[in-house]
Amino acid sequence: MIALDIAIKDKCYTNNSAVVLKDIQFSVKPGEFIAIIGPSGSGKTTLLNMLSGLEDATAQKLLYNSKTLNGTKEYPLGYVFQQPRLMPWLTVNENLQLVLPSKQSKKIETLLAQVGLADKGHFYPRQLSGGMQRRVAIARAFVVNPELILLDEPFNSLDAPTAAKLRLLLVSLCKSCGSTVIFVTHDLSEAIYLADRIIFISNPPSSIIHQVTVDLPKPRKESGSVELAWQAKLMTQYPRILAGMVE
Amino acid sequence: MLLTSLLSVFMSPIYGRLLMLIILASTWQGIAWFVNSADFPSLFIVLDSFIYHFFQGDMLVNLMVTLNRVIISFIIAMILGVFIGILMGTSKRLNQLSDTLLIIALNIPALVTILLCYIWFGLVESAAIMAVVINKVPTVVVMIREGARVVDDDLLNVAKVYKLSLSKTFFKVFLPQLYPYIMASARAGLSLIWKIVLVVELLGRSDGVGFALNTLFQFFDIAGILAYTFAFISIVLVIENLLFKPLDKLIARGVHHDST
Repeated sequence: MIALDIAIKDKCYTNNSAVVLKDIQFSVKPGEFIAIIGPSGSGKTTLLNMLSGLEDATAQKLLYNSKTLNGTKEYPLGYVFQQPRLMPWLTVNENLQLVLPSKQSKKIETLLAQVGLADKGHFYPRQLSGGMQRRVAIARAFVVNPELILLDEPFNSLDAPTAAKLRLLLVSLCKSCGSTVIFVTHDLSEAIYLADRIIFISNPPSSIIHQVTVDLPKPRKESGSVELAWQAKLMTQYPRILAGMVE
Repeated sequence: MLLTSLLSVFMSPIYGRLLMLIILASTWQGIAWFVNSADFPSLFIVLDSFIYHFFQGDMLVNLMVTLNRVIISFIIAMILGVFIGILMGTSKRLNQLSDTLLIIALNIPALVTILLCYIWFGLVESAAIMAVVINKVPTVVVMIREGARVVDDDLLNVAKVYKLSLSKTFFKVFLPQLYPYIMASARAGLSLIWKIVLVVELLGRSDGVGFALNTLFQFFDIAGILAYTFAFISIVLVIENLLFKPLDKLIARGVHHDST
């Protein structure tokens, strides 16, 4: 498990373009599940890309367990992208094996069984449904025993029952793995169901406008009465928070 | 009913191809009978000539010599072309620097390259191979460069996030995206290379199919010329079916499956 201290002064896509992220500063405790919510185009994916080492920014300071590391090279990281991004020419088994440094068939078998794809190891991604492909992408993130998992709206564009199943799967995998999780979404009920803390960001130049600890006991229910009441209370207090505004 | 079942048989790929060959052969034979001239020999005369050159002449030796040159030139041209194509496709700066050079290389006539290689390096085997390679490399580069330009960055980012080694990233993530382009350039390459090899042999070698064709031309032996042509086309067809088609299947794995 890893703790994070994140401080980003500003981030532009190109040298002369407008600022996307500005003065983003937050900490994540070891094993904490953080959800980041913001309107479309607010730079949520960019933020995850910076945490994963795919992008950088000016005056960026990322501390992992209070130490500056050489990018993300020194600890295992799992990243579930918006699209599954599986290699189409590799089977499910091979896609998982690809991210492992040595052959670990048993581990892959176990994880595929956990995500309900025990008999699909020899299938190519295109032979699987969208939901199954997402499960493989999630399995790929967990197979490396990640200290930090980044998830970028992984259940976007899935039908509601499939998304619910995958959320349940994510909860059980996070519980068994104990990794620190940063989960980007624009679905507040999803964030309430999964997260320990929710960070809201504004429209660009995006900064943190509000942080709230989800003080509800786990396991939670999807659209349960307690969860809905909690959501309603938050929305009454900040009616335009999902549009990136707190006033 | 009979007509429908006959049609369905000939609509199947194998019988369809066979039917096309039969139509081609029949047309040829029909024209040959109609023209009735030594300049347009019938298929039977070509077959006689083939049997003669194959069993009593040097056809087998010449075919092997040419095939050897084709294979060596093909391998060198593909390796160089893929390497340069990847460099140009992935580096904008290098592409800008060498783009004009590539256009020049693409437009130099094959004959000029062959003549210059023979003049500069002599009528030797290495000059012949070099001439073929120089002619082929630019076309491979163009195809591979296009492939390397459209490589999916999202997949490369997966390799980066999961800290794959450079060789794993190259062979498991980058190169598979180029396979269709490599296959296309290999196919186009084989057909172009063997044509250039014949010119090279005709101009400066004392063996091979090109040399044999030149000799047959001196005697106006049209049946012999056609016999050699069919022999070499048959070899190319064998290569296509035994090498390229299985390779096609291998690289298309996972790409043409239906979703469940």
